[in-house]
Amino acid sequence: MQIIQPHYHAIARTAQDYERMAMSGVVAVCEPAFWAGFDRRHPETFIDYFAQIAEFEPTRAAEFGIRHFCWVAVNPKEAENRELTQEVLRQMPEFLQKPTCLGVGETGLHKSTPNEIESLQAHVEMAMKHDQLVLIHTPHLSDKAHGTKRVLEVLAGMDVNPDKIWIDHVEEQTIESVLDAGYWAGMTLYPVTKCSPRRAVDILEKYPRERLLVNSSADWGPSDPFTLQESVVEFRRRGHSLQDAVEIYHNNPCRFLGQNPKWDIQPIIISEG
Amino acid sequence: MLSPQKTLDTYYLEARRDLLEVAAMLDRYDQAVKRNSEKAQDESKRFSLLQAMEILSEPDHPRADRAERLLKHFAETS
Repeated sequence: MQIIQPHYHAIARTAQDYERMAMSGVVAVCEPAFWAGFDRRHPETFIDYFAQIAEFEPTRAAEFGIRHFCWVAVNPKEAENRELTQEVLRQMPEFLQKPTCLGVGETGLHKSTPNEIESLQAHVEMAMKHDQLVLIHTPHLSDKAHGTKRVLEVLAGMDVNPDKIWIDHVEEQTIESVLDAGYWAGMTLYPVTKCSPRRAVDILEKYPRERLLVNSSADWGPSDPFTLQESVVEFRRRGHSLQDAVEIYHNNPCRFLGQNPKWDIQPIIISEG
Repeated sequence: MLSPQKTLDTYYLEARRDLLEVAAMLDRYDQAVKRNSEKAQDESKRFSLLQAMEILSEPDHPRADRAERLLKHFAETS
């Protein structure tokens, strides 16, 4: 089965991940810009990072027959540094023009501070101005419900197109409000701290699937890209058809990401029997 | 050996995850009941899990033997 990994931090992973993903049906990965585990001090560091994910990483993925796309942003944790954020934002439009860059992300909230909110607004404004997709991070664990509510409040006060916005890391307590507001919702599968493969399939069975995305993120922390495949197996073992699985794990990413013409992978229909 | 605080700090998130999995499994059962308009013919496994959680929620376990008690409970009930 062909799978798209819509949220994957390749720079934190080894080539073995690419190889194993290719062997398990992954045809494309999308890499949002994220926190490196420490707060970067210089805008130039971000610019080099953006170049890495926009120019170099696609070549590494291509060695395994996987397409690689990226997003650019200052992540919420580093958005506390207003000066750095403003300078990176000033240089971001150059990267939005790169042939594999799909939009602005991951922006969003971490502790929902005034500086984070200002950064989120600036990122979303830039995305809308340049007709870009947006990937929004919502906070972890105990900050999640409040942070997601704040994200929705910020967006409600802006002139945005919900079709172009993906709010990520939703769980049982936040998915309904995201879908009700008309946005795409992403479930991130982590071994411990986010959604699990089984809980994700529960959510897929409970809510309309048209605007749902599933990803495993996979970064430098405790994470595993193959939680995505685990959820595919869980979905199938509950009796859902192969085509239904393809709709979620391949075609939904195509439909959302395909709003950017740089994304040229088309939804597929499986002919069974 | 870990201090009391370190024990909680080390294992809290994993325990949180495991409890969420149990909660989700029970929700999954309820959703299936709703879809099928009938309960399982044999609900003893569900009752066994609920009784296990009652054991866990008892305030005092002077022998720190929750795992042993649960194993005995599961052996008797499933």
